[in-house]
Amino acid sequence: MNRPKVQKYVKPKHIDDYPVGPQFTAGFLAETNAGWRTFRPIIDKNLCINCLRCYIVCPDGVIFKSENKVDVDYDYCKGCGVCAHECPVNAIKMVKEELL
Amino acid sequence: MSKKLFISGDEAVAIGTKLSRPNVISAYPITPQTVTVERLSEMVESGELKAEYMHVESEHSAMSAAMGVSAVGARAFTATSSQGLLYMAEGLHYASGGRYPIVMMNANRSLALPWSIYGDQRDSLSLLDSGWIQVYVEDAQEALDMIIQAYKIAENKDVLTPFMVNLDGFVLTHTYELVEIPEQEKVDKFLPPFQTPNKMSFEEPKNMAFSTTPADNLEYKYQQNRAMLNSIDVINDVDKEFGDKFDRYYGGMVQEYRCDDADVVIFTLGSITGTVRMIVDKLRDEGKKVGLLKIRYMRPFPEKEIIKLAGKVKAIGVVEKDISFGYEGTVYTNVNSALSKLDNAPLSLDFLCGMGGRDVSKSDIYNMFISLFKAVNGEKQKRVQFINMGVETDE
Amino acid sequence: MNNTDIKRITPKNITDKEFFYGHKACAGCGGSLAVRLALKVLGERTFAVLPAGCMSAVGFIYPQMAFVNNAIISTFPGAASMASGISVGARALGLKDYKTVVFAGDGGTADIGIQALSGAIDRNEDIIYVCYDNEAYMNTGIQKSGLTPYGTKTTTTPAGKNIHGAQTFKKNLFEIMAAHEIAYAATASVGYPQDYIDKINKAKHTKGTSFIHVYATCPTGWGIPTEIAIQIAKEAVDSGLFYLAEYQNRNFKLNKNPKSFFPVKDYLLKQSRFKHLTDNDIKIIEQQRDEKWEYMRKHWN
Ligand SMILES: Cc1ncc(C[n+]2csc(CCOP(=O)(O)OP(=O)(O)O)c2C)c(N)n1
Ligand code: SF4
Ligand SMILES: [Mg+2]
Repeated sequence: MNRPKVQKYVKPKHIDDYPVGPQFTAGFLAETNAGWRTFRPIIDKNLCINCLRCYIVCPDGVIFKSENKVDVDYDYCKGCGVCAHECPVNAIKMVKEELL
Repeated sequence: MSKKLFISGDEAVAIGTKLSRPNVISAYPITPQTVTVERLSEMVESGELKAEYMHVESEHSAMSAAMGVSAVGARAFTATSSQGLLYMAEGLHYASGGRYPIVMMNANRSLALPWSIYGDQRDSLSLLDSGWIQVYVEDAQEALDMIIQAYKIAENKDVLTPFMVNLDGFVLTHTYELVEIPEQEKVDKFLPPFQTPNKMSFEEPKNMAFSTTPADNLEYKYQQNRAMLNSIDVINDVDKEFGDKFDRYYGGMVQEYRCDDADVVIFTLGSITGTVRMIVDKLRDEGKKVGLLKIRYMRPFPEKEIIKLAGKVKAIGVVEKDISFGYEGTVYTNVNSALSKLDNAPLSLDFLCGMGGRDVSKSDIYNMFISLFKAVNGEKQKRVQFINMGVETDE
Repeated sequence: MNNTDIKRITPKNITDKEFFYGHKACAGCGGSLAVRLALKVLGERTFAVLPAGCMSAVGFIYPQMAFVNNAIISTFPGAASMASGISVGARALGLKDYKTVVFAGDGGTADIGIQALSGAIDRNEDIIYVCYDNEAYMNTGIQKSGLTPYGTKTTTTPAGKNIHGAQTFKKNLFEIMAAHEIAYAATASVGYPQDYIDKINKAKHTKGTSFIHVYATCPTGWGIPTEIAIQIAKEAVDSGLFYLAEYQNRNFKLNKNPKSFFPVKDYLLKQSRFKHLTDNDIKIIEQQRDEKWEYMRKHWN
């Protein structure tokens, strides 16, 4: 697995269900960040030249390589728009969520 | 065969530390702790102690580094005193909240201002709430033994709480005594290597020392408090196991001396205990029913032991080298909190002495007992008494 | 290791694994990009230490644990010393082939953490210290730090009629670090990600302490739209207000020495933290920049 996925978190019922001390499994994600987004990046795979600029500059790391193109993990994309702004061939459009 | 050496309290701590096989020592020098870190440095240099010595640039970093060491599951030691202890205050709470069982020697010394390098216990007592186990030792032998016990108690899986071994500055740190040195082999059998679930590793990566929202914070604090309370049984068990193996029992949470049928008992902390013991003997020879309770641990607090004893006596005097300005001595406050749980609590007096290195003589102790007897006989005594003031105060 | 022996890490061959994921940083946060890219270069056998500051605040809110590798929050002043303890403690246990990295803000580095950092460099601890510089104490609500530039409006350097924001210039953090004769030091910008990746990679292969000062956009604190986060960090370099340089073996090197600068005014006035600046304020900023460049060009190449 290249990136963690959201997991079911069961809130402790007994004090002994808590970890000993403030420490927990690395990479445990109890929730997504999708709700933050007002604009969604949509990648036009026909335009994408696979330069990987968006992949490198994404602050959240939600763009991943997929079949010689790139794709987005919408569970964790916050819609900052950096990818669309940096894309040299304008292959990424930011589209308002409620229009989708 | 174990051997005996004529050494100071600081040196005894260094040897106790060496025998406990820490992986890393991170410390910053301050009088009167310096001899301990100097000896440890020499042991690392000679190869006698296989540990890394980190020359950190401050006490804050000494504690911060020790937490890093513990967070990867290695055994950490540090030592400080007075201003240095306060400088690491942020780290003290952090280490206990993080459940890192670091062992630290603190040479009890006065706090500035005014500057004073002499002993009193205001440094550690002002950090009573930092979540560290606090033991106060009486002599160099106990200092050595308690470093070894400290690791065993602190690292117990039900405790995982840092541990502060307090020695009175100069009176203990710099006084030479004949000390029996336990054999390494026996110590190794007594103190197994450090194991903890609370660490980062590549087999089981962790995110540590995280933030909580109000939804979980209280549970972590409850857990921390429970661990500290758990340590009471562990302290008593470890004292027994140590005694069985090394022939020296310290009594666990407290040590009673001639308390059996006593009417008047003095409570002590640290090195003053020896002097009080002598006066108890003297008064007993005179037919007076007196006793001594050496409070060994201030956290966790020996409430149960105090209540048990207090139910049988008429008066308690607390001798302590500190004051909480605007109120009374901190030990006294704690003792009275325990006494308040009794229906018929004995009367109690607070004797503040030895601050900034002020002498406390045998006759001072003798007079404390006299004051307690007077109180028992209905003669009014000041509840909080400054012992050995050099001037009139119009009080 | 000779720098030329290091295999270059590029967008094509960099690991697909993400190590800083699902965090709660603001959209477009440059600090989070600096952390993400560095961890991709350093890999999973890395202990990350984060002092109080945005990256620790957004990365470890129980039970949301955003670091896939081992990571720990240190006290605000204690990042370098805690990282030292981890590095030394792991070595004492016989651990091999691991890295210890710090990600600390400008305040955590240039102000409150500088003592512990100086100590760590002095001991030549085997750690990599990354300072992501967003030019203010962001986590506490945008207050001035020792790396806040002249003229910046922060919540403790308000821009009024009498005083136009911060009245001090950025500390020379990179040179202060280099003055320790540190094993490796560099400046970088999230606006030049490949250069940053190269420098982290170099730090990874350096024995002893490395220090990287990376310019990292904070859209929230700077008052810019999130999508220009990378562009603005590039313009900071192109305008000469930040510079890309390295220090190694007693030598300073300017990695980028532009013939002409991107207009300072165009860089500044995009950001609401600089909107109040007068032409005279901007002149002072340019003058300071020119003096600095004159010095660097003379001594660093
Ligand atoms: C000893 C101490 N003093 C103050 C703080 C409050 N504090 C926490 S984070 C922070 C600002 C961090 O600024 P910086 O290091 O620049 O990181 P940023 O938040 O900008 O990422 C401050 C002042 C603290 N946690 N500890
Ligand atoms: S306030 Fe700034 S530095 Fe902090 S998370 Fe948001 S964008 Fe990043
Ligand atoms: Mg900052």
